[in-house]
Amino acid sequence: MEYLIGIQGPDYVLVAADTVAATSIIQMKHDHDKMFKMSEKILLLCVGEPGDTVQFAEYIQKNVQLYKMRNGYELSPTAAANFTRRNLADYLRSRTPYHVNLLLAGYDDHEGPALYYMDYLAALAKAPFAAHGYGAFLTLSILDRYYKPGITREEAVELLKKCLEELQKRFILNLTSFNARFIDKEGIHEVDNIPLTKVES
Amino acid sequence: MAVASSHLVYITPRMRSRHFALFLSVTPLTKMAAARPPFCGRRLPLTRPRSKMALASVLRSELPEFNKSLIKFNKIFPEDSEAIPEIVRDPPGPPRVLAAPPWGVEAAPEGPGFQMLHGTTTLAFKSPAGVTVAVDSRATAGSYIASQSVLKVLPINARILGTMAGGAADCSFWQRLVARQCRVQELRNKEPVSVAAASKLLANLVYQYKGMGLSLGTMVCGWDKRGPALYYVDSEGQRVAGRAFAVGSGSSYAYGVLDRGLAGAAATAEAACALARRAIYQAARRDAYSGGRVRVFHVGPQGWREESADDVAALQERYGE
Repeated sequence: MEYLIGIQGPDYVLVAADTVAATSIIQMKHDHDKMFKMSEKILLLCVGEPGDTVQFAEYIQKNVQLYKMRNGYELSPTAAANFTRRNLADYLRSRTPYHVNLLLAGYDDHEGPALYYMDYLAALAKAPFAAHGYGAFLTLSILDRYYKPGITREEAVELLKKCLEELQKRFILNLTSFNARFIDKEGIHEVDNIPLTKVES
Repeated sequence: MAVASSHLVYITPRMRSRHFALFLSVTPLTKMAAARPPFCGRRLPLTRPRSKMALASVLRSELPEFNKSLIKFNKIFPEDSEAIPEIVRDPPGPPRVLAAPPWGVEAAPEGPGFQMLHGTTTLAFKSPAGVTVAVDSRATAGSYIASQSVLKVLPINARILGTMAGGAADCSFWQRLVARQCRVQELRNKEPVSVAAASKLLANLVYQYKGMGLSLGTMVCGWDKRGPALYYVDSEGQRVAGRAFAVGSGSSYAYGVLDRGLAGAAATAEAACALARRAIYQAARRDAYSGGRVRVFHVGPQGWREESADDVAALQERYGE
């Protein structure tokens, strides 16, 4: 149903998500943003159970901001990812686990770009590229085939387009619109030229 | 509370425990200790499978007799995902209870415990003129039409409306609570509450009860300092802002008419109300669980007001089908 994808390059991370918010067979919203800004250079992409996604993502977001207020500097992407995973794990065996799948993408001034894959069972993996959702079954092999460690931004956008076009061709559900963002040392930037235009809500 | 009467109270197994409590209160104090409950759980034939849900014996909404009428309802408000790992589910068997009720387990219920508004069609959409809200007025309990004149629009304040779909009690109670919280916030901040804040208050409230059987599918519509605003909030915890929503068993029919006519309805409030009325009417024609009267409201910069309330039968003559 929902689709997330992330590609890490030498000095940037490119992330994209579909923008459909659906309930059973109805698309309620066509321009739903599934990326939550944790800090100036960290994005959390969150999909899963309808209420859990927003509540969990906002909880992590507020805690990351609180850390910045208390200590004067921002959490690094690694620290934020581990903090997020810790919360997922703590709630997993409680009466109210969060059923959310996440991609955390960020840029650290010392460590460089980082992309972390997390799932609802509180698994955490740092990966050069990752995807969530049924669409991942169709696109992970494309990422395996065409990704290389020194991939440039233009190549990354082309690779993303390949993935999205494959979804258009083979995925049974109609994911018409996506939004994509770059994260680099300057911060978070919107990508405008992905092939599928945003549908007017 | 001791009363002068000293009659012996015979309690038959057919009596409900709440009636028993009433009798207990009029028995003199000296007899209180002797009046033990006649049924203590084990002897009762429990013909229905127990639900694992908290408060199941009170809510009774997961019992099989409701499932047939819940088919449409479950499509709109799906149950918790089955993908949550088994280790965090309750183990199979009777549900855990914190304390057994003093007079044993309640007798098997006869008939539906309370009415739920499974079937309904409500819609709302934004236009530069404001937010147009339209609802039907039918309430069903299974295949029985319980009422044709239910008010499915609940005012939160003079500028914000909420709609009702799902459980009638859930919707009216929680929205009234949110109305109270909005008023307190307005008094504290000396500023009218925004629709985003009102909808977030409602979403956070019902999220705490997620998975416990609340059923709520509401649209919070209003006009605040940022202009017209429309949010959809449901008991799953979802909260989205949007331009147009339709909620209820007839929502898919309403979406059809609404989406095709949206382009032309943005011009004036009258055109918007006409589109809303037609969309609910068409949904009421196709959906068995929607009908009664079509009420149309409009929220403008001065607040909300009811534009019209037409019987579906009268609309049928007007639209000439």
